Amino acid sequence: MSAPALLEVDGLFVHFEASRRPKPAVVHAVDGVSFRIPRGTTFGIVGESGSGKSTTAQAVMRLVPTTAGAIRLDGRNIIDLNGVALHEVRKSLQMIFQDPFSSLDPRRRAGNLIAEPIRLLEHRSKDETAARVDELLAAVGLQPSAASLFPHQFSGGQRQRLCIARALATAPALIVCDEAVSALDVAIQAQILNLLLRLQAERGLAYLFISHDLGVVQHMCDEIAVMYLGQIIEQAPNSAFFSRPHHPYTWSLMTAALPAGPLRQSLKKSYLATGEPPSPINPPNGCRFASRCPFVVTRCREEAPELVAIGTGHWVACHRHDEIDPPVFA
Amino acid sequence: MSSDPVLVLDDLSIALATISGEVPVVEHLSFSVAQGSTIALVGESGCGKSMTALAIMNLLPQGFRCSGGRILFEGEDLVAATPSRRRALRGNRMSMIFQEPMTALNPVFTVGEQIAEALRAHQNLGRRAAAARALDMLRAVQIPAAENRIKAYPHQLSGGMRQRVMIAIALACRPKLLIADEPTTALDVTVQAQVFDLLARLQEEMSTAIILITHDLGAVADIADDVAVLYAGRCIEQGATRVVMEQPLHPYTAGLMVCVPHLQPGVMAARHRLLAEIPGMVPPLGQRPTICAFSDRCTRVGNDCLSEPQPPLFTLAPTQAVACLHPLQRETTA
Repeated sequence: MSAPALLEVDGLFVHFEASRRPKPAVVHAVDGVSFRIPRGTTFGIVGESGSGKSTTAQAVMRLVPTTAGAIRLDGRNIIDLNGVALHEVRKSLQMIFQDPFSSLDPRRRAGNLIAEPIRLLEHRSKDETAARVDELLAAVGLQPSAASLFPHQFSGGQRQRLCIARALATAPALIVCDEAVSALDVAIQAQILNLLLRLQAERGLAYLFISHDLGVVQHMCDEIAVMYLGQIIEQAPNSAFFSRPHHPYTWSLMTAALPAGPLRQSLKKSYLATGEPPSPINPPNGCRFASRCPFVVTRCREEAPELVAIGTGHWVACHRHDEIDPPVFA
Repeated sequence: MSSDPVLVLDDLSIALATISGEVPVVEHLSFSVAQGSTIALVGESGCGKSMTALAIMNLLPQGFRCSGGRILFEGEDLVAATPSRRRALRGNRMSMIFQEPMTALNPVFTVGEQIAEALRAHQNLGRRAAAARALDMLRAVQIPAAENRIKAYPHQLSGGMRQRVMIAIALACRPKLLIADEPTTALDVTVQAQVFDLLARLQEEMSTAIILITHDLGAVADIADDVAVLYAGRCIEQGATRVVMEQPLHPYTAGLMVCVPHLQPGVMAARHRLLAEIPGMVPPLGQRPTICAFSDRCTRVGNDCLSEPQPPLFTLAPTQAVACLHPLQRETTA
C-alpha cells in the first residue's frame, strides 16, 4: 500500500505445547494475525480472555517465542533479533502492564525504577539520568520528591503513572498497553486515559492498546481489531467499526457493552452470544465462533471464513456478512 | 412500597483499631432493602463498600468492628446477636457472592460437594438429598451438562462457570438476602451480561433481596432499584437508580457518571477527546477530614464546605437524598 507503517505484524502464529502425552496438544494462542500501526496512531485489540490479545502484545514485545510470521518495526523484521540488536529495538518499543501492583519491584525506589531502562538501554551519565528522571516524573504528573518513595507508598493510579514514566524513559515510538487501565477505579481510569492521550499528542507516540472495554477502545483508538480464539474476526477504522460492525461476535460484544436501557434490552435477545468460547487447544475446523453464533448455518461449521474487505480498511471474517443486516445500535 | 424490608442498616459505623486509636472506616451509613428488590452500593476502592458487606455477614477481618448503629435483619439486630446465631443465618438466610470465584471456591472439593455443604449444614439434609438438590441448583444456574459438572473441581471450570457455581452455593438455601460483591468484575463482558441476567431471573423466582457492590454505576443500572454512592466511608448520595443516574445531585456522583467512556455506537466525535476527570484521589484511611471529604477534589467547593462539618444526607427530591452544601441544580421537568 503506502510507506511502511511503524509496526507491521504479518501472519503471526504463537502456539504453545500444552502436553505431549497421552496425545500431543497444542494451544493455538495466536493463529495468523496481521495488522499495521502507522506512527502516532492507536491500534486497539478487543476480545475476551483467551482470545490471544495479550499473547499478541507479548509477541510484539518479543516476550514470548513466535511460531511463525513477521513483526516489522520501521520495516525491519525483529523476530530473529537478539543481544545488542534487540536492545536497540527495545528503546523504541515499550510496554505498560495491567497490574501496577505486580509490575514494579517492591524493593526499589521510584527514581531507581524509572532510571533502570535508561541505564540498561542508553548509557548516559548519572546527572543526565537524574535530570531525565525528574523530567519524566513531571511528564506523568508526579512530584519530584516521589523519586525517593517505594512502590507501596503510592496509590494504584500513581503506580500506573510510574509504569508509564518507565515506559517513556527511552523515548519509544510505540507503547504496548496491555489492559493498562482495567485494574483502576473509574475516576482514576479517566485520569490515566487522559494522560495517555496528552502524551500521544505531545510526543507522537503510537499505542497498541489491548482492552476488553469497548467504551475505552472507542475513546482511544484510530483502528480496532476484534480477536476471537487467536484470530482477528473483524477490523476497521474507528468510525466504521462503531457505526456499522459486521461480525456477529462484534455485535454480541457491543450489545453487552451498551449502556443500560431499552435499546440493550431489545438487542440482547437476538444478538448476545450464549455460552463461552471453546478451548484454544484443537480449535474447531469451521468458523471458531460457530458454537456461540446466533446466525450459524451448516457451512460455518465446516469451512473457516477468510477475512474479506467490505469497505475502506474494514475487514470481516464471516460467511454471512452480506446476508444479515447489522443491528441498529444508535 | 412493598412489604417490610429484609435488611435495615441504621446509622452503622465501622472502625479499624490501629496503634494510634480507632480509625473510622464507614460512618453513619443507613439504607434498607426490601424483599425482591436490589440496592447497589457504588464507590471507589477504599470507600467502605466491601467492609459494609462483610459487617452484614459478620465476616469483618480482625481489627475491624461495628462501632455504632444497628444491622436489622428481618427485625433482628445482628450487631447484638451471638456468634452462633450469626453462623446459623450466614449461608442460610443470608449469603454472599465474592468477586474472585477462583479464590472463593475450595480447590480440593468438587463443586457438587461445595454446594451440598451449605444444604447439609443448614437444612439437615442427608448426603443423597443434598447431592440431588446440588444438581438442581447447578441446573438452575444454567450450567450445561450439570450431571457431569457436579463432579468437577473448580480448576476444571471457566471463570463464568465458577461464578455460576458461587451463585448456586449462595442461593442453595434460598436466602432472604444475597450480597454480591463485584460479582462480574473478573469476567468477560458477554459473560457478565449472562451472569446479571441469571441473578435477575433467580431473584424473581426466589424474591431475594440483593445488595450489589460495584464501582461502575452504569453496569448495574438495569438491575438495581436503588443506589447508594459512598465516598470515603460516607454515603453522599442515595436514591432510586433511575433518578440518580438521570440527574445526579452530588458533584462526585456527577463526576463518576461522566468520567467513564461509555460505548456510543454511531457517534464519531468520541475519539481522542479528553475525558472529564475528577482530579486528585480519595483521602486515605485515617486522614479523612471532618469537613466534606470530597472538598479538595470538588469544583463547586465554597468557603462553607471548608469550615462546616460534612452535612448529613438530606432529601432534595421524593426519591433522592444528597449530602452536599452546594448540590447540583435539579432541573424541574414539566
